[in-house]
Amino acid sequence: MHEIGLSAKNLYVSYNDKPAVKNVSLDFASKQVTALIGPSGCGKSTFLRSLNRMNDTIPGAKVTGEIWIGDENINSPKTDVVSLRQKIGMVWQRPNPFHKSIYENIAFGPRYHGIKNKKKLDEIVEESLKKAALWNETKDRLHTSALALSGGQQQRLCIARSIAVKPSIILMDEPASALDPVSTAKIEELITELKQEYCIIIVTHNMQQAARISEKTAFFLMGDLVEYDSTDKMFTDPQKKQTSDYISGRFG
Amino acid sequence: MAQSKQHESKPHLVEEWVGKVYTALCILFLVVTIFSMVYFVASKGLTTFFKDKVNVIDLLTGIKWNPGGDPPLFGALPFIFGSFSTSILAAVIAAPLAFCAAVFMIEIAPKFGRKYLQPVIELLAGIPSVVYGFVGLSVIVPLFRDIFPGQGIGIAAGALVLSVMILPTITTIATDALASLPSGLKEGSYALGSTRWQTIYRIVLPTMLPALMTGVVLGIARAFGEALAVQMVIGNAPHIPGSLFESTSTLTSAITLSMGNTVMGSTHNNALWSLALILMTMTFVFVFIVRWLERRSKI
Repeated sequence: MHEIGLSAKNLYVSYNDKPAVKNVSLDFASKQVTALIGPSGCGKSTFLRSLNRMNDTIPGAKVTGEIWIGDENINSPKTDVVSLRQKIGMVWQRPNPFHKSIYENIAFGPRYHGIKNKKKLDEIVEESLKKAALWNETKDRLHTSALALSGGQQQRLCIARSIAVKPSIILMDEPASALDPVSTAKIEELITELKQEYCIIIVTHNMQQAARISEKTAFFLMGDLVEYDSTDKMFTDPQKKQTSDYISGRFG
Repeated sequence: MAQSKQHESKPHLVEEWVGKVYTALCILFLVVTIFSMVYFVASKGLTTFFKDKVNVIDLLTGIKWNPGGDPPLFGALPFIFGSFSTSILAAVIAAPLAFCAAVFMIEIAPKFGRKYLQPVIELLAGIPSVVYGFVGLSVIVPLFRDIFPGQGIGIAAGALVLSVMILPTITTIATDALASLPSGLKEGSYALGSTRWQTIYRIVLPTMLPALMTGVVLGIARAFGEALAVQMVIGNAPHIPGSLFESTSTLTSAITLSMGNTVMGSTHNNALWSLALILMTMTFVFVFIVRWLERRSKI
């Protein structure tokens, strides 16, 4: 059994008193990929955003319940959100590189966590880009604009950027849904590579993708966690009728 | 069926034609107006050089202005200097205030800012310039007179009045710029552990810098062209001042003060047209800078 990377207990999220996630408890193993699936509006993205307290930035959002990393409940008002987000990286559906050079995009995070040494920053940039499988394509143009990269490269840059602050958990919100099949394949390959080190939680609309890259899958519907099991089991022998209906494409 | 279609298509064609001709006439009218104005100002302004044989370099660099005197002197540098120094200083005062106001309205208190602050700031744009000048003359000038050596009139008073006048221009453009920040950038920064201030300072402002600069240049352009309010507080002495609190003049105030007292076609009158030509050319330069900045901000 894998070590638990992150664990949510009785998590309840509402926007302006309208419930979006109802009483969800989930354990995420480190060094594994967990996929969150479900139809649009089922609360899976909301749930994901709660895990690194991104819902704090949305007016009207309320998150109750506990989120444990090790022996720390990070959903407490006492938590230092800034250092928390250093432990949890996040990647979005649309690549959102900063309007800066490739180098500056990666160095942005580490610099704010106190690394000023130029040599150290160079190392982090190289290491992060290598891990994100982007080093060979960008090593000769580190100081050119990140916006000149292709969509797939931008997304890998965003992954490299989140790795640069040395998180233990990476949240991904449909990281490949805005990309072409070739770039998607590269991102999936990268995720498989990264799971050797990180606890990866990925929201996806693509059932094949969930089946390809994840060890465990959680199915959400209308804010409820319907079923959570190993991906193999979920896709071959789901226990609940709603799950099998969704997976076989009968709705959603 | 085919018959009725043919029947219907005719009024459509007429409508199409009328619309095309009407819109074309409107744009023609605009273009003709602009070109005739440029032509008029240019032909009048250039008379100084061709008919009155004044050297362009002398006009642009000379520091003595007395076109009606004997011998007539055509040094417009004091006006050019006055116009540039007041409008740039005004932008230097107004831009940081406007940026901070925009940050507050968009990032810190979006609800309150959009609902109450923005209308108030836009209200500033509607106040007639004579009111600004009047307030400047009765509040700022006496205040400067008490605090600093001199009479209180001059570049400092002019720039301060202008800065309040261009504040709404820069703030409005800066607010729109910040609001149009590509989505996801702020979240991306927060997710890396940045604080709100770091995000504003390192991501929001640098990303929108070209758009913010557009606002500043438009503000300078507006200050450059403003005549009345400046004229009331600047003193209107045609020489380059030794301090910020010494009487000087601008291109606009020189024109408005003397235009009524000169005879059309006289050397003095032509010289004023030359000042107008400089003013107009500078406005074009500002417009081109804005266009260039806008192109740059579209990445």
